This record gives sequence, C-alpha cells and structure tokens, in this order.
Amino acid sequence: MPPILEVKDLHKNYGDFAAVKGVTFDIQEGEIFSLLGPNGAGKTTTISMLSTLYAPTAGDAVIAGHSVTRDPMAVRNAIGVVPQDIALYEDLTAHENLVFWGQMYGLGGKTLRARVDEVLEQIGLADKAKNRVKTYSGGMKRRVNIGVGLLHKPRLLFMDEPTVGIDPQSRRAILDTVKDLNQKGMTVLYTTHYMEEAQELSDRVGIIDHGELIALGTQKELTRQVGETETLILHLGENDDPEALVKSLEGVKEIIKAQSTDHEVSVIAREAEEALAPVVAKANERGVKIHSIDIREPNLEAVFLHLTGRALRD
Amino acid sequence: MLKTILIGLKDLRVIFRDRAALVFMLLAPFLLTVGMGFVTGRFSGSSNSGLADIPVIIVNLDNAELGNALVDVFNSEDLAELVAPAETSNPEAARRLIDENKAAAAVIIPEGFTRSVIPAEGTMTDPNFAEADPVLIEVYVNPAMPTSAGVIKAIVDEFVSRIDEGRVSGMTAIFQMLITGVITPQQAETEGRALFKNMDEDQPAAITLKTDDEGAQAAEFDVLAYMAPAMALMFLMYTVSYGGRSILAERAQGTLPRLLVSPTSPAQILGGKVFGIYLTGVAQVGILILASAVFFRVKWGDPLGIAALTLAAVFGATGWGLIVTALARTPAQVANVGSAIMLIFGILGGSFLDLGMMPPAIQLVSKITPNAWALDGFVTLALGGGLAQLARPITALLVMGAVLFAVSVALFGKKNLAQK
Repeated sequence: MPPILEVKDLHKNYGDFAAVKGVTFDIQEGEIFSLLGPNGAGKTTTISMLSTLYAPTAGDAVIAGHSVTRDPMAVRNAIGVVPQDIALYEDLTAHENLVFWGQMYGLGGKTLRARVDEVLEQIGLADKAKNRVKTYSGGMKRRVNIGVGLLHKPRLLFMDEPTVGIDPQSRRAILDTVKDLNQKGMTVLYTTHYMEEAQELSDRVGIIDHGELIALGTQKELTRQVGETETLILHLGENDDPEALVKSLEGVKEIIKAQSTDHEVSVIAREAEEALAPVVAKANERGVKIHSIDIREPNLEAVFLHLTGRALRD
Repeated sequence: MLKTILIGLKDLRVIFRDRAALVFMLLAPFLLTVGMGFVTGRFSGSSNSGLADIPVIIVNLDNAELGNALVDVFNSEDLAELVAPAETSNPEAARRLIDENKAAAAVIIPEGFTRSVIPAEGTMTDPNFAEADPVLIEVYVNPAMPTSAGVIKAIVDEFVSRIDEGRVSGMTAIFQMLITGVITPQQAETEGRALFKNMDEDQPAAITLKTDDEGAQAAEFDVLAYMAPAMALMFLMYTVSYGGRSILAERAQGTLPRLLVSPTSPAQILGGKVFGIYLTGVAQVGILILASAVFFRVKWGDPLGIAALTLAAVFGATGWGLIVTALARTPAQVANVGSAIMLIFGILGGSFLDLGMMPPAIQLVSKITPNAWALDGFVTLALGGGLAQLARPITALLVMGAVLFAVSVALFGKKNLAQK
C-alpha cells in the first residue's frame, strides 16, 4: 500500500536563510507520525509546505496521490489542518465558526449540520456551542481550533503544536482526542517540541533540527541510536560552573558523554549507578555543589541530546 | 461563487457584531447629521440649505410677461439668501462667465419665450392662427459647481413646469367652455389671457425653500438632504477601510492562512473579502438613508436613483478601501491611513462645505473622491432629479471603483497573503 504522505527532498529558503533543508520521509495510512524538534527547527515551515500554504523552494510531497506543487487543490481536499495559533473568528460562536469552515470545505445542508453536531460532541462543547468564541478559555478555543480541522473527515490531519500555551487538563484532553481519532482510522502528522507528547502518541518520530531531519524511526529504533544508556541530570547551584564540571568529567571511563545546559549537566552513561560515584567525586574536587540528581531511562530527549549536543528546550 | 458570497456574508456578520465599528459606521454619521440639522436650524423650522448666494447670470431676451416673471423669481425675497443673480443682455458673455467659473449657471431666456406660451392679443381669433414653435429656456451650468448648478436648474425646471401645468389646465377649461357654448371665441382669448395673468400673480415665486408654515409645493431643498448623504459618504470611507483592514487582520490572526489551505482559491477568498466590504458599505448607507427618512423625514428622491447611486458610490469607495489595504503592511497602517482618508475625502468631497464655495483647484481635486461624485448625485435626486440625471456621477464612480480594484488586485498579487 503506498504511503498517504511521501515527502521528497523538501527545501524552503527565505532569501539566504534555509528554513528547511532537504527533508524526506513518508507516513503510512493509520499512523501517528510526530515531527519533534525545538522552536525554530522548521516544523511549522514543513507543515506549511505540506498543507500547500507555502510553495517549496525545491522538492515535492505527494499526499493521497496528489502533488502539493502540481495539484494543491486536491491535496487540500484530502487534508485537515490544525494550525499552531488559534485561527477562528472570535466574534462568531463555535457553531457559526464550524458551519463557516465546513462550508469552505464544501459541506452543506444536512451533511454540514450533522458534522457540526458530531464535531461539537467530539470536542465536548455541544452545550456551549452558541457562545461566542471570544468568551471561551484558551483550552476551549484550542478544541474548536481542532474541531475545524476535523469537519470534512480528512484522510490526513496536520496538527501543528496543538497544546502550546494551555493548561494540563486541556492538554490531556487534546492528546486523548488525537489518540481517539487515530483509533478511528485517521492518519495524523503531529508536530511538537514536547518529547513526552511525541513519546506518548507516535508510531514513528522524525527529529528535526535546523531544518534537517536528523533522525527517523520508531521510538525503539531511535533510542537504540544512543545505545543501552542512561542519563544522569545533575542540578547545580546558581554560582556553580557546569562547563568546568563537564571538562573535569572528560576521560572518566564510566561516562560516554557529558553536556552542560544552564545550571544542569547531563551525563550519558551505560550504567547510571556506576557513573554516579566518579561524577560526585569530580564535583567535590571542583567544589561544585550538586543540588539533586535525576536518573533517566533512554528517551527521545536523550536521542536529541546525543545527536545535537543540546536539550530539546534550548 | 458560493464561497465568495459565504465569505462576504460572514464578514458582514462579523462587522455587525463589532460595537466599536457600529458606532463609527452608523451612530457617528447619524449623530453628526442630527448635529448639523440643529446647527442649520433644520429642527427649529428656520432651515436653510447650507448653500448661500449662489452666483447666477440671467439673460432676459424675452422681455415679456413670463421672461420677466422668471427674473422676478430669482430676485424674490424667498430666494434672496439662496441666489445672487446678476443680469446681462449678452448670452455669449454669460456663457463665458460660466466657463471662467465665475458663476454656477447662466439662465438664458430667449426672445419670444412668452409668445410661444401666450399668443399675442388678437391672434387666437385669427382664422390663420397657428401655434408657435416652443422656445426653450437655456440653463448653461458650471460642471465645477454641480450642487449649486443643480439648485439653479431646479428653480428653472419648477418655473417651467408650473407654466406648462397652468397652460394645459387653462386651455382645457377654456376649450370645454367654448364647445359647450358658455363663452364665444372672442371671450375665449380674453379668458385665456386673464387666466395666465392670474396664475402669474397668484404664485409670484415658482420656488421657495421649504418652511413648515408655508408648506410650499415648489422644489424643496432640505439641509438634511445634503448633510445626511454627506455624513453617510464620509463614514462610508471608514467602513471600506475597516473592511480592507480585515484582510490584513485575518492574515495576522491566522484565519486567512487557514482559508488558503482549505479547498478555496485565493480569487474566491479575495473576492469574498471585497464582497464583504461592499455589502457592509451598502448596508451602512442603506440603514442611514432609511433612518434619516424615517426619523427626520428627509426626502432623498427617486428610490431607483438612490439605489443605483448607493451601489455605485459604495463600489467607488470600496476601490479606495482596497488600494489602501494593498499598499499597507499592517492592519494598524490601514486604520491610520483610512481615518486620514475619511477626513480628507470628507472635506474635499463637500461633506462639510459645498464644493461650489471652494477654490477651483480644490473642486478639481475633489473629483478623485467618491464623496464628491456621490454627493452631487444625491443632491440632484433631492432636488427632484431622476436616474437619467445620474449618468455622470454613476459612471465616474464605477470607473473609479474599477480602476482602483484592478490596481489593488495587481498589488495583492505581489503580496504574500499567507505570510503573517
């Protein structure tokens, strides 16, 4: 079965600045695929090209058999888009917004009415549908924002950081909605800079940084890249120099790699317990005060750190 | 097409839910109209048109009863404040004065005018009597002073129509008396002359300004029939710039990019936005016309003309709203430039002061504003004109809108509507 999305060497330049540099990946029907990367990595630009908003500088993508560069209108019929920012008419009610956007996707009459009611139920706002969007909380607006993308039952749904800036409860509701949609057969391309979301939702993950796809695979495949390792996160005092500690850890045989970030030092080791004693000893030698230590199993954060030398939130 | 209409209707709904916009679109022009009504005494019964001392050149080559009567009309007490007549016997000199922008119009009463209406004594009983060819009064108007010229033309039209009315009814009555044997042919002429004479004496002023106590039937010019469209047109410029601003605002708030990734073409989206602006403008002017007609009994004139002129005026104004939007980068820029244009066009277009009282250069510049053309048309209608007299302003407004629209589309083509 051909993939529902095939991205081939996609580039986007803004003058001399290359926002996306030759991204290539595909998504199979029924998958949740996450593009994971820090802010400014090129996630939104990639989604904007795939949703036909921006024309690629080079390369192409085929969605449901249609090229984004040659047949954008057919692509638009096949996809649903949930943009990063709330894109709704705040002076209209949720119901009026859904009706309008449904009409823009070619729905009308009974079908439109039925879909609007279904979506309102799905996003849990049926009882507040007649209130103007501007009276809603941030989380409620996010839900309507997602609802608009679902109206025409797209084969492929693009969700661009849909949980940014909302409370944990609404975030939980959105993640559950994504899983629910996927269980009902919808394919989802989800972008995020939250490692936990990518881990929880995704069948496969693409890690993007500085416009390049630096890793791609299932979570197991990706964590295997950093080997069977564990990560120690050392939280230092404000006056301590993490760089100095990192230098002093060079050459310690129990340690694979050490990186500093703000007032933290991340230490990748095969066995965290074995690395702990020399790390503490070196810290004492340097007079560095360790406030606390976290030990983390291999995860996508570690993969990103391993590949880029930086934490995801940098 | 359907999506274009749906986008336009959505915009109409959105703007009519914006209280601040409603204040500017409807309440402000309405209150200003009321204010101007009070200032000019419209509500206290001592109304004047806001037009005064309109310079008019009279050339009376007729020098008989009716020609003299028309001269008397222009020199009457009733019109003393409205017109400033000057007389000359040279039609060419009069026309030259108009061409030189020295007066609003020249009224040339040709020789034989009275005789073409009232035959000379003894001629009606002559067996060889033949009715004379009609002799027409010429009103040579100054296109640079459309409103003032319109007033002069209305005065003459009203005078002529009264003569015509009197002639037809008088002749009918005399003819009936003649065939029923009530009077002899000799008496018929005497009666006819007396009838014309009475008509002339009973109604010395063929035009009077409307006053509550007189209730004159003549051409009326209500100050609010000038101020209401003047204010509506000025605030129409606010509406079109607000509508234009919404294109950039939608881009900033993300709804425009969202529309662009839906199966809706950029042409449908832009068309819908333009339709929304147009629809809002038509609704605004329509509501203001209706409100002033209902609350202040403003007589706007021929409904068909009003409808056609409103549609054309909003079209021309929409062109300006679009060009401002196409040239601006942010919604705030559109708002600022839009407010400035509203005021400048309001002044240039005659919303505060009759264009006829402005220097010729300003009158020329005013032609770039939809306000001037539309106000000219609305005054023509208020003075009793019809759709046929609106060809010039309507054509100008349509051409203005079409040119500005074409330039705007070209500019929008170069603009990245998707980029926030």
